[in-house]
Amino acid sequence: MEITDKSKERIAKPNDVDKIVVRFSGDSGDGMQLTGMQFTDTAALFGNDLSTFPDYPSEIRAPIGTIAGVSGFQVHIGSTEIYTPGDSYDVILAMNAAALKVDLPRLKRGGVIIANTQGFDNKNLTLAKYPAGVNPLEDGTLANYIVHHVDVTKHTKECLINTDLGTKEIERSKNMFVLGLLYWMFDKPLDNTINFINEKFGRKPNIAAGNIKALKAGWNYADHTEIFNTRFHVAPAKLPPGVYRNITGNHATAIGLIAAAEKANLPLFLGSYPITPATDILHELSKYKANNVKTLQAEDEIAAICSAIGAAYTGNLAITTTSGPGLSLKTEALGLATMLELPLVVVNVQRGGPSTGLPTKTEQSDLLMAMYGRHGEAPLPVIAASSPSDCFDAVFDACKIAVEHMTPVIFLSDGYIANGSEPWRFPTEDDLKNITVNFLDKPNTEDGLLLPYKRNEFFVRPWIKPGTKGLEHRIGGLEKQDETGNVCYEAINHEKMTTLRANKIKKIEDCIPLAEVATGSENASICVLGWGSTFGSTKAAVKTLVEDGYDVAQVHLRYINPFPKNLGELLHGFDKILIPEMNSGQLLQLIRAKYLVPAIGYSKVQGLPFTVEEMKTKIIETLNA
Amino acid sequence: METITLNKNVTLGPKDFASNMDVKWCPGCGDYSILKQVQTIFPDLGVPKEDFVFVSGIGCSSRFTYYMDTYGLHSIHGRAAAIASGVKASNPNLSVWVISGDGDALSIGGNHFIHLMRKNFDVNYLVFNNQIYSLTKGQYSPTSEKGKVTKTSPFGSIDEPFNPTELALGAKASFVSRTLDRDPNHMQSILKRAHQHKGTSFVEVYQNCPVFNDGAFFPFSDKETKKDEAIFLEHGKPLVFGQNGEKGIHLNGLTPEIVDLNNVCTNDLWVHDENDKTKANLIARFFDTCSNDVHFPRPFGVIYKEDRAVYEYMMEQQIEQLTTQKGKTSLNKILSGDKTWTIA
Repeated sequence: MEITDKSKERIAKPNDVDKIVVRFSGDSGDGMQLTGMQFTDTAALFGNDLSTFPDYPSEIRAPIGTIAGVSGFQVHIGSTEIYTPGDSYDVILAMNAAALKVDLPRLKRGGVIIANTQGFDNKNLTLAKYPAGVNPLEDGTLANYIVHHVDVTKHTKECLINTDLGTKEIERSKNMFVLGLLYWMFDKPLDNTINFINEKFGRKPNIAAGNIKALKAGWNYADHTEIFNTRFHVAPAKLPPGVYRNITGNHATAIGLIAAAEKANLPLFLGSYPITPATDILHELSKYKANNVKTLQAEDEIAAICSAIGAAYTGNLAITTTSGPGLSLKTEALGLATMLELPLVVVNVQRGGPSTGLPTKTEQSDLLMAMYGRHGEAPLPVIAASSPSDCFDAVFDACKIAVEHMTPVIFLSDGYIANGSEPWRFPTEDDLKNITVNFLDKPNTEDGLLLPYKRNEFFVRPWIKPGTKGLEHRIGGLEKQDETGNVCYEAINHEKMTTLRANKIKKIEDCIPLAEVATGSENASICVLGWGSTFGSTKAAVKTLVEDGYDVAQVHLRYINPFPKNLGELLHGFDKILIPEMNSGQLLQLIRAKYLVPAIGYSKVQGLPFTVEEMKTKIIETLNA
Repeated sequence: METITLNKNVTLGPKDFASNMDVKWCPGCGDYSILKQVQTIFPDLGVPKEDFVFVSGIGCSSRFTYYMDTYGLHSIHGRAAAIASGVKASNPNLSVWVISGDGDALSIGGNHFIHLMRKNFDVNYLVFNNQIYSLTKGQYSPTSEKGKVTKTSPFGSIDEPFNPTELALGAKASFVSRTLDRDPNHMQSILKRAHQHKGTSFVEVYQNCPVFNDGAFFPFSDKETKKDEAIFLEHGKPLVFGQNGEKGIHLNGLTPEIVDLNNVCTNDLWVHDENDKTKANLIARFFDTCSNDVHFPRPFGVIYKEDRAVYEYMMEQQIEQLTTQKGKTSLNKILSGDKTWTIA
């Protein structure tokens, strides 16, 4: 690699830092997501612990240069354990004025700004709504920061001028120039991205060559010009030994489903309708046809879940993936699945609501809907993932429970962990739990009759595939008699069945792990009780506070329905319970109602995850109150 | 194994397809006839009993599922087609029969109706059309005629009705047919054809509701009117109808005309071609009074049929092809992905 011809002493010596937050920010069309992901991959391969947070508008290409069109990718890399994408930024890459305007408030004092100067011309300044004649790069308002002016557009053009690339393609290579520059600044090698470019543009060698040229030009520019006196070196993190990969929550969900199907020895069926931010799961699973994965892009959300019910009926591990509005549409069918007692996993990647709400922003506001959002009483298990990689384990568990307990299960993820990524010490096939499936293939009474709703000790009925000789029977959404499954409208029977369906779900508590204190001690003065994606910021906050001598503990729930058996007992051991949620207090209601404890809620409904700082402040405030 | 061999030789009769549930339709309901015709033809279809699956939605029609001693799923309103698509996609070997009504299929389930046909899953889709909502006790349906007085339209409905066969053709159905409850032989022949067809077979069954819409289709079955009001299509045969077969339909360019066979030779008549979509579109429109205020007879039989690739077979084919080409990826490979690093 001909990166530089300079002697080693002339290269600025990188400063060793524990952790650093970089924000890539530009227009939706500037390729910031891709640039950020490449940077992340390279850092991951180098051995840094990390956490990412893509933050982009729901419009595919909002008007160029506007605040609405700013697309950001945040990555937190460290040589120590990283639990969140970071509260504030150390470095901002601002491709235009709007990007700077959006991200400057969260830049640390003394932080670094790399500004693409062409993105700060009059037109861009006006679009970003700076007052006439004001250019933040020139008016001294950035005096508290280290600002690097780089004409990315010009330099990219210059380095690609003699290639056969057109103006558009040259323009699109800008992100590689800045990536090269950042690799220099963070002391990272280019190889990973060069391999990536070669793979991605394998069929267009001229574009591949152009991108690689721009990448190297960015590195060389930083190295030669000496305008950058700041370089950072983040050493590999001391994570538990093992083999790691970087993974997003949606990707982890997809392969968690494949893994569950393989462990259950069932074909996997996904009925889905595209919806942000869940679509990537459908994208990913659609690639695995050779693993007997069937994906059906249905005509709507209702058909998506109904096709999955059809597939479950015929003996597949059936899944439907969606986000809030889609879950609303699926509720009637979910009631049917509850009534039929068929296994089904509904993946709900939550986003800001109600209605269309904030499609690309995160929220945890579907919890009560997952719990209760069906007509009649239709209880079902609810399981939530706490981090990108935890999506794998949690969705695997969701499948295991669905199949082994013959019930629909709602798996909750959210936009934050679905799109965010982190290193994952992935399991091997042998590390995974088995999933037991017993299809009934002969009559199940002594006198040779079939009772399709005869139950085992967990109140679970048998799974009977159409095509099984001699077991023809009818099931449906009408209230049924237990065991025979025959339609039955008798008053007492309905009450019996309602209780039975509730007990069946409650019984699952015998099969799930007990709740544990994740950080801190049992009987601490305050317990921070959470679920889902608040795990990272809570963990980081509680860990620091414990180190600082505070009497704080963290309990985090994966199983929300049913709750772990010991949860009430565990919670009663704490003086105070604080429940942070990205909603107005939904777990709070469930906990207070069930355990009669005076838990205190902490809500954030801004479409953004909690920062560690917010969490720490609130914990201390609650502790002292 | 022995029992299976023995059972193979046992021939089933219609009664073997009747479940032990009491049939609870109103006396005189057209659904009885449909149930009977289905049970009559099933033993001869060459399908093992356990491979039949009925999927129904909500409505009087949809109770059908409970009365067949086969596998059956009585689902929710309008969604039978969507559920059937999942059944078929995951097990193409099953013989899947969707039972629906005019409200279930064409109103609340309209979206699934069209997409099932577009995708061409190999299912038989029977719509019992009685032009009324019966289970909810008498409201106009999407096939009720304009001006119909019902509980929800006391001054007459202002809704334009669907013509289901035209809708099915528009949705690219590969088999479109119509039959009626009062003609058992015709229904049996159509049901058999529907079963034989690979792809979505749409069968509209005119079904009398004696309680809320009695006699809606009697003109097509009553002796006095039937021959003038109905025309029974047969592939390769000219379109002839009338009390004494004295009327025919002639195609003048793309305009159908009723002609008197005393003046026009049968050789000049429109000859029914099931595989001709243009003609099928014209014939499906023998529904309302057609162009030039001419009153056409209502067509019964197979209006259209085409051989088109079936969704679930294509799905399986793609899987087979990719499995041969790429081979199955091991779970460990999927878990590790392409880029890993090791921390010692």
